[in-house]
Amino acid sequence: MQIHIPTPLRAYAGKQSVVEVAASTVAEALTALTTKFPELRKHLYTDQGKLRAFVNVYLNDEDIRYIAHKENAPVRDSDSLSIIPSIAGGAPITATSASAAVLTPEEMARYSRHLILPEVGEEGQLKLKAARVLCIGAGGLGAPLTMYLAAAGVGTLGIVDFDVVEVSNLQRQVIHGTSDIGRPKLDSAEDSLKAINPNVNIVKFPARLSSENALEIFKDFDIIADGTDNFPTRYLVNDACVLIGKPNAYASIFRFEGQASVFGSEEGPCYRCLYPEPPPPGLVPSCAEGGVLGILPGLLGIIQATEVIKLILGAGEPLVGRVLLVDALAMRFRELKLHKNPDCPACGTHPTITRLIDYEQFCGLPSKSAAPAALVNGIPQMQPEELKRRKDAGDDLFLLDVREPYEFAIAQMGGRLIPLNDLPRRVRELDPKQEIVVHCKVGGRSQMAAEFLAQSGFKKVHNLAGGILAWSTKVDPKVPKY
Amino acid sequence: MLRMGQAQFDAIRRHGEETYPNECCGVLLGHAEADGTTVLDAVSAENTRSDSAHNRYQIAPQELIRTQQQARRRGLDIVGFYHSHPDHPAEWSKTDLEEAHWIGCSYVITSVEGNAQERAGDAVRCWAMETNSFLLAGTGEEDKRLERQPIQVVTEVGAK
Repeated sequence: MQIHIPTPLRAYAGKQSVVEVAASTVAEALTALTTKFPELRKHLYTDQGKLRAFVNVYLNDEDIRYIAHKENAPVRDSDSLSIIPSIAGGAPITATSASAAVLTPEEMARYSRHLILPEVGEEGQLKLKAARVLCIGAGGLGAPLTMYLAAAGVGTLGIVDFDVVEVSNLQRQVIHGTSDIGRPKLDSAEDSLKAINPNVNIVKFPARLSSENALEIFKDFDIIADGTDNFPTRYLVNDACVLIGKPNAYASIFRFEGQASVFGSEEGPCYRCLYPEPPPPGLVPSCAEGGVLGILPGLLGIIQATEVIKLILGAGEPLVGRVLLVDALAMRFRELKLHKNPDCPACGTHPTITRLIDYEQFCGLPSKSAAPAALVNGIPQMQPEELKRRKDAGDDLFLLDVREPYEFAIAQMGGRLIPLNDLPRRVRELDPKQEIVVHCKVGGRSQMAAEFLAQSGFKKVHNLAGGILAWSTKVDPKVPKY
Repeated sequence: MLRMGQAQFDAIRRHGEETYPNECCGVLLGHAEADGTTVLDAVSAENTRSDSAHNRYQIAPQELIRTQQQARRRGLDIVGFYHSHPDHPAEWSKTDLEEAHWIGCSYVITSVEGNAQERAGDAVRCWAMETNSFLLAGTGEEDKRLERQPIQVVTEVGAK
């Protein structure tokens, strides 16, 4: 069979570009070659007799590391072997330590289960060591994510978090312990990660991620892993990743369900392709409001960590263009295909998001206060419990529903339907002297309707806080949620 | 001395601009002789480092094998490689040396500068700045080094 010798090795192979050998396996062919040209041996093999990491041997067009029987694969006379040293390199990066290019004996021992996997090997382990991963949040998702990445030998782990450890975190944030209560999560996380693997370089960012600091923080990392629990930060992470072209290993969790994907890669979609706009404020409660099964972030954070490792190694199929939906109660994993949206404002062909915006405002959050306001723009806000009490008491209240007919068909709570857009011309159907409670789905449109009615001379107008969804949650669960 | 035609030289630099803010890469085909290397073709390759393409490049071995086969049919050898350094100087990096294994081959680096951070509108504007060549000298992994190699650009290079 023929063995093709690359230019740099020909000096050690009698200046020949092709060497003919007789062999029945790949290993025999290589042995025949190095027997014929002993000088080649040290260029192809390490002192331990292993093929050097940068030397690729291809049987026809297959890498022998990935074919059945590997070096012992049978060969025929018509086959050809190609020896191809790898071609790679790149511009200097600032954070790589001087020792990135080799594994110490301690690291060899520590990562031995990786090193014997052909898909990782020494080459892959060095990639992990050179990799710089930024984790947004050291909470439920960030805990398993950073712990496994540290254990796996990721060289530099950045963490952004500004919280302190609270007792209610410990049900799921396994990176922190009871004695850490009251400590900054970053410090507690650093201790745990260093205890797992002292080789890891931890870079702490004790800040709330914002449009002002995101690009500056992201620029020194290769991969971003979004473990945030709120929509403004999620959109911020997505847009920043798209703007500077870095992949985002994403996961989110709620109650018993979670989802994961890889966004922001050049060929794949981004979070905005999946959700162009955030849900109305209050529609999706946070984990603090809705609760979360403690082990769920463990499950999802490890999926994130797996994707990060795969991206670094360039191994397997990344979760690009797919959203994995995890239902822990049913223990079912479903997958949705997700296409890159050419009209996406962030990653489409004509992006309108060319810099970071105000994400609180984008998500409709005027302030961070969670306490229900009694009065918004002069309109009294009625809580569902209050409406229930007054109805039960037999008060004469007129309930006005300003949603669309298709919504009315899905769920009703006994209101009279006049869609918001029809209200100006149908306002005469209402009695200005009557006490009116306006509702919609979550409280936004009904607020606008109530303000319109107040301007039109109605004196006793309330807005139902949280809309029909809050009514369903707090008063009447028989009303369907949509 | 690395000799190449204006067409090859321009193609290498244009490729760097096309892939900006990511690194481009490719293979140089020609003849290496005692008095220097002559490049007769610059073949663009895909950068497979999609995880970190802005500061890393890698050419898939399969693509190299194909390129090598094509070169052989044309009576040419692989004599070197080129890649770009987006927003970095046209000097070899530590990574470049560590990942360089083709001793005797030329490693050509082009710096490309642009406005990747701004991303105004749809057009990312950038310019190829400097192009340098480095010869990977030495006898093996232990003593390999990248040595500056002058580039001579001629109107046209002919096959010998």
